Amino acid sequence: MQHLLIYAPAFPEMLLAVAAMLLLMLGAFSEDNDHNGAFIGWLSIAFMIGAATIIALQPPATQTLFNGSFVVDQFSRFLKLLILGGTAVAMLLSFDFLRQKGLMKFEYPILMLLACVGMMMMVSANDLIALYLGVELQSLALYVLAAMNRDNVRSSEAGLKYFVLGALSSGMLLYGASLIYGFTGSTSFLEIANVAQAAPPSENIGLIFGLVFLLVGLAFKISAVPFHMWTPDVYQGAPTPVTAFFAAAPKMAAMGLLLRVLGGAFPGLEQQWQQIIWFISIASMLLGAFAAIGQNNIKRLMAYSSIGHIGFALVGLAAGTTEGAQGVLVYLLIYLVMTLGTFACILAMQRGDEMIEDIDQLAGLAQNNLLLAFTLAMLMFSLAGIPPLAGFWAKVYVFWPAVQAGLYPLAVIGVIASVIGAYYYLRIVKIMFFDEPQEKFVPVSANLAIVMGAALIFIFAFAIPQLGGPIVAAAEAAANSLRL
Amino acid sequence: MTVVTSPILSIVTFLPLLGALFIAFLPRNAGGDRNARHTALYTTIFTFAISLLIWINFDPRTADFQFIEDAAWIGPFRYKMGVDGISMLFVILTTFLMPLCILASWDSVQHRVKEYMIAFLVLETLMIGVFCALDLMLFYLFFEAGLIPMFLIIGVWGGQRRVYASFKFFLYTLLGSVLMLLAMFAMFSTAGTADIPTLIEVGATKFSREMQWWLFLAFLASFAVKLPMWPVHTWLPDAHVEAPTAGSVILAGILLKMGGYGFLRFSLPMFPIASQELAPFVFTLSVIAIIYTSLVALAQEDIKKLIAYSSVAHMGFVTLGIFTFSQQGIDGAIFQMLSHGIVSAALFLCVGIIYDRMHTREIAAYGGLADRMPIYAAVLMVFTMANVGLPGTSGFVGEFLTLVGAFGANTTFAFLATTGVVLSAAYALYLYRRVVFGALEKASLKAIPDMNPREIAIMAPLVILTILFGFYPALLLDVMAVSVKQLVTNFEAAVSQSTALNAQ
Repeated sequence: MQHLLIYAPAFPEMLLAVAAMLLLMLGAFSEDNDHNGAFIGWLSIAFMIGAATIIALQPPATQTLFNGSFVVDQFSRFLKLLILGGTAVAMLLSFDFLRQKGLMKFEYPILMLLACVGMMMMVSANDLIALYLGVELQSLALYVLAAMNRDNVRSSEAGLKYFVLGALSSGMLLYGASLIYGFTGSTSFLEIANVAQAAPPSENIGLIFGLVFLLVGLAFKISAVPFHMWTPDVYQGAPTPVTAFFAAAPKMAAMGLLLRVLGGAFPGLEQQWQQIIWFISIASMLLGAFAAIGQNNIKRLMAYSSIGHIGFALVGLAAGTTEGAQGVLVYLLIYLVMTLGTFACILAMQRGDEMIEDIDQLAGLAQNNLLLAFTLAMLMFSLAGIPPLAGFWAKVYVFWPAVQAGLYPLAVIGVIASVIGAYYYLRIVKIMFFDEPQEKFVPVSANLAIVMGAALIFIFAFAIPQLGGPIVAAAEAAANSLRL
Repeated sequence: MTVVTSPILSIVTFLPLLGALFIAFLPRNAGGDRNARHTALYTTIFTFAISLLIWINFDPRTADFQFIEDAAWIGPFRYKMGVDGISMLFVILTTFLMPLCILASWDSVQHRVKEYMIAFLVLETLMIGVFCALDLMLFYLFFEAGLIPMFLIIGVWGGQRRVYASFKFFLYTLLGSVLMLLAMFAMFSTAGTADIPTLIEVGATKFSREMQWWLFLAFLASFAVKLPMWPVHTWLPDAHVEAPTAGSVILAGILLKMGGYGFLRFSLPMFPIASQELAPFVFTLSVIAIIYTSLVALAQEDIKKLIAYSSVAHMGFVTLGIFTFSQQGIDGAIFQMLSHGIVSAALFLCVGIIYDRMHTREIAAYGGLADRMPIYAAVLMVFTMANVGLPGTSGFVGEFLTLVGAFGANTTFAFLATTGVVLSAAYALYLYRRVVFGALEKASLKAIPDMNPREIAIMAPLVILTILFGFYPALLLDVMAVSVKQLVTNFEAAVSQSTALNAQ
């Protein structure tokens, strides 16, 4: 028993990994596949809630495991809760859609569970090997999920595209990791940090070289410009609930990993990596703002929107301060809620058996279903960053550290990009509220309504000190446990 | 608990929101619509009644903020509310105009009534909040959040080109505001506080001259769009023309005043050196606004557009007065804003009255209304004269004081601005002649009815106040005098201190 308790910090991951195996057995050896899919889905949600409970009960101290390659601190706990929440809600959003499309296979929840374990591993990684393990466990599960709808050409295309480009980025990541290992002689972030600090940056060229490749690999995962090309196609092609999942949880994990790597492994090289973050942040914000204007498919639009939002989150990282890291965490949390709420609305766009993805089809929604239109409109205003909604606070917490750190050009470009971005969010509001109504959508299912309602309440209630205050304080504690 | 210690500002601010929540749960049918109208009306009247308590209990002998409420909010920001002699009257103006707006929309809005009333009540909460907020972030929140309901009001209940107008309004204003947001972050990082009273005290010393310039320009970007100043005024005519009557009233009556209020609350006290050095620039813009937009107004075919351009010209007087940094000038600017809040609101309501009957705003479609609508002609006459600035109306006091202040500061600019008074007489009287006088020839106008009791009830308080403030401006001037005096004193102290430093 004593020996097991040593592994207490990793219990949540272990629980989910074991649960995935058990559920796999359950699925494989039972006969009624269709019926079991939903059952296994609910079970996996229960397991995720269990894992989240364990995380919430863990003491706030920083603990390491497996020779320091796995670290559990406030930072990783904060992000793990986001990841678990995002995965569980994405699962909740899936049930109705999958049942209708005949895709409710038991593999679906198991793959999500495995991806979830991989993501939790990523945010706890304190070593290049652990990092790669987490990234690959996550990515492989996601490739399959993207191609889940095998009979659909677009879905297969999405899976393949995601796989090829993902493999390329993993290659870059590995190449960078091997360079770093070759230069420092260790895979541990602590050792790498020691080497990085020992000499001035001008003598650490090899390390910087490795860092750049590592950043490229991670930029793929967060779909930051110029490594974003896969995003619109994958978002559009993948089944909508899978897209919701892609937009939510993996972004959290990859951003967390980015923060951990830059903060933990490369102190002393801030000057070097800040330039890169600076550039991809600006490029992502601008591309996200401009490219979304012409989109007519709402999933593609959300893809560009997510690229833009990653750019905004990176503004906090570019500041390179603890406040900046806190801002990134607040941003991720709020973005997670907004994006899941929006996808719940997208999943509710349905006439008969047909899913609607065309933005024009939303015309006059306010007169057919005011509540749905209102929810989506407020989510759009929130994504645009209009106060008092939560999206505004997300922007406050990333731009404020940037201004504090003196990054005025970045901040100015950022807010201008947010004004340009506001245009396409407004367009959706305009179509729903100002245009003449079309045929009605089918009634919203209970699962979707719960998610929408929760998201709507959250974006309004964030400005209330009782909700926003603890979240900001938790993000602050998480950022403090990270060395940046 | 007395009024002074009670959270009266929060009550006044959030009461309309409560009404909006109530309306949201009303059924969607004719009965629900009727109840929505009544609920909105009683909520706004009740809010106005409570807000009068603020005025009654307001102590005009001190320049300090009064009725202060202070509580922890998110992170380093605080929920702090309070009013002084500058902001208090704007709160009253807001609560005063709201019931009139609801009444003005009583019959003309038949479509999605519930949402309309909710949008207006939410907007009222946000507008009152702007004038009460004493924390940078709280101010920004109220300032910017007003875009959402206004966007919907213009876009859903507006005229032909409503989509264009609503987008233009939203994006223009947003672009100005986000720069102000960044400036607020910079102020917060430098001074270590987001508390507006503290920043007013220490701002002048904490921010270096160069920083003041940048901060001033960032705030100018926001306030100039909101006010609006030439050349960023182009959204206003579009928004006014397309907005429903009550929307125009709110836009002209209150939203524009936020810009002027912002200059007085932030730019002057917090960045005095930059204000001083950039004053000629603001003067130039003001004078261009006064002359140019008056000339443009002269050429308009659309009544609402004409009034919109005249608003821009009148706001030119406001900026002119504020940047004289003198007691008369600033008193005049505030008075001008309050008076314009009443007069332009009334003019838009007048346009609304004939628009409801004829469904056109073309000047050419009218003429000779005096025959069929004598009451209307008399009411419109009062407000036309107030718009011109005839002595005995509230419009005169504001323009006179700002011009007195301006002559003290710079004779050339003051001279040029005075031509605006002549031009305003030209376009206003020309409009009046074309609409009201002449022979009643058009067949469509032969049966036009005069104002009904509801419309008279809306107009009566406006007429009374316009004339009352014209004859007895002390009613308002006494409230603001001490606060303005302190503003001017602090400003002069800060400027002379910096000149002394430079001289060393």
